Amino acid sequence: MNRATVDLWVGIFVAAGLVALLFLALKVGNLASFSTAQTYQVFAKFANIGGLKIRAPIKSAGVVVGRVSDIRFDNESYDAIVTMTLESAYQFPRDTTAKILTSGLLGEQYVGLEAGGDGVMLKSGDRLRLTQSAVVLENLISQFLFNKAAEGKDAPKEPAKEPAK
Amino acid sequence: MSLPAVAALRSRLEALGSTVTSAIWRLGFASRFLGYLVLHSGTALRRFQLTMTEIYFAGVLSLIIILVSGLFVGMVLALQGYQTLQRYGASESLGVLVALSLVRELGPVVAGLLFASRAGSAITAEIGLMKATEQISAMEMMAVDPIARVVAPRFWGGVISMPLLAALFSGMGVFGGYLIGVQLIGVDAGAFWSQMQAAVDVREDIMNGVIKSVVFGIAVTWIAVFEGYDAVPTAEGVSRATTRTVVTSSLAILALDFILTALMFTGGNAR
Repeated sequence: MNRATVDLWVGIFVAAGLVALLFLALKVGNLASFSTAQTYQVFAKFANIGGLKIRAPIKSAGVVVGRVSDIRFDNESYDAIVTMTLESAYQFPRDTTAKILTSGLLGEQYVGLEAGGDGVMLKSGDRLRLTQSAVVLENLISQFLFNKAAEGKDAPKEPAKEPAK
Repeated sequence: MSLPAVAALRSRLEALGSTVTSAIWRLGFASRFLGYLVLHSGTALRRFQLTMTEIYFAGVLSLIIILVSGLFVGMVLALQGYQTLQRYGASESLGVLVALSLVRELGPVVAGLLFASRAGSAITAEIGLMKATEQISAMEMMAVDPIARVVAPRFWGGVISMPLLAALFSGMGVFGGYLIGVQLIGVDAGAFWSQMQAAVDVREDIMNGVIKSVVFGIAVTWIAVFEGYDAVPTAEGVSRATTRTVVTSSLAILALDFILTALMFTGGNAR
């Protein structure tokens, strides 16, 4: 095996390896969707974030406008503080509502933004006043059962009155 | 207790002790060998042609087995994954399943195992035979450092080749999954790629996979060159060293994979 052939093959091998890495990064991974666009950060307090995770998408009207960059616990109000990094291309009024929603029945959770009517736009470092926490399934079920039980308490009384008539 | 029984027990204890000490001694020797090897790899990097040749032997010649295995592993993953996902009506997530299992685990691990048996055994056998035919002693006689001239280029050749092979394996596997999932079964191509891109993170998944393959490359090549250099210079000794290389490096890959996975992925998900 002469030297030029070895070099050629090693070159092909290294190039193929790098192409494979590039393929993994661009086609399989999400490097292409990494935006270098300007961003700004806003905060929101939630009573319960459910299963929200860092890097979860922030959507408005279904379009991804940013990502959750940090989640902390506030020791004073016992709320969760969610830091949202939004792209500067998307500006929202100051009275925008943030909700924690679930995509699909069992899908991942994301933050949904609903624009308000204020003329003043959000600046970096602002806090969203209007928030709606994640729906916790257990609370929903216990509320449902509680209502059912309350209905059941009333129900036997009605037929009991009838024989008295 | 009778005297022969005590003697038998004692000899057994002694055998156990000497096995443990020799294992620890070998580990120490191997570590010192690695340190010496890294410090004396100046020649291998300056005269890069030496390393190039070894990349050819370790990397280029392993291409066929890596590409074909990657393709088949990806195709099998797609077939098996489809059976399970379809039961829950989530067959669009096939791309996620194939890509994540390949990039995180199967790519580095299976490529590492194949690399250990294809290239690691060859390195051990070559160095072991050089030792058995006294080529290594001859080099020392000529004041050529055999570690710098023979061992270091093979080590660096293996360390450079392994991550590239693992990336090719994963890429080929994803392509195999695409062939079966989209072309044969008929999963929607758009959902296949877009769900994959949404779920696979460049830093969390792909970079960690690359780090794994680099670690496996170092471990396998280190074990291979050390076993070759440490082989008993007879035909039997070389054959034993080759077997030991494949066994030890396979176990090392699986053990390291567990440690790395525990460090990388459980920590990340708990956040």
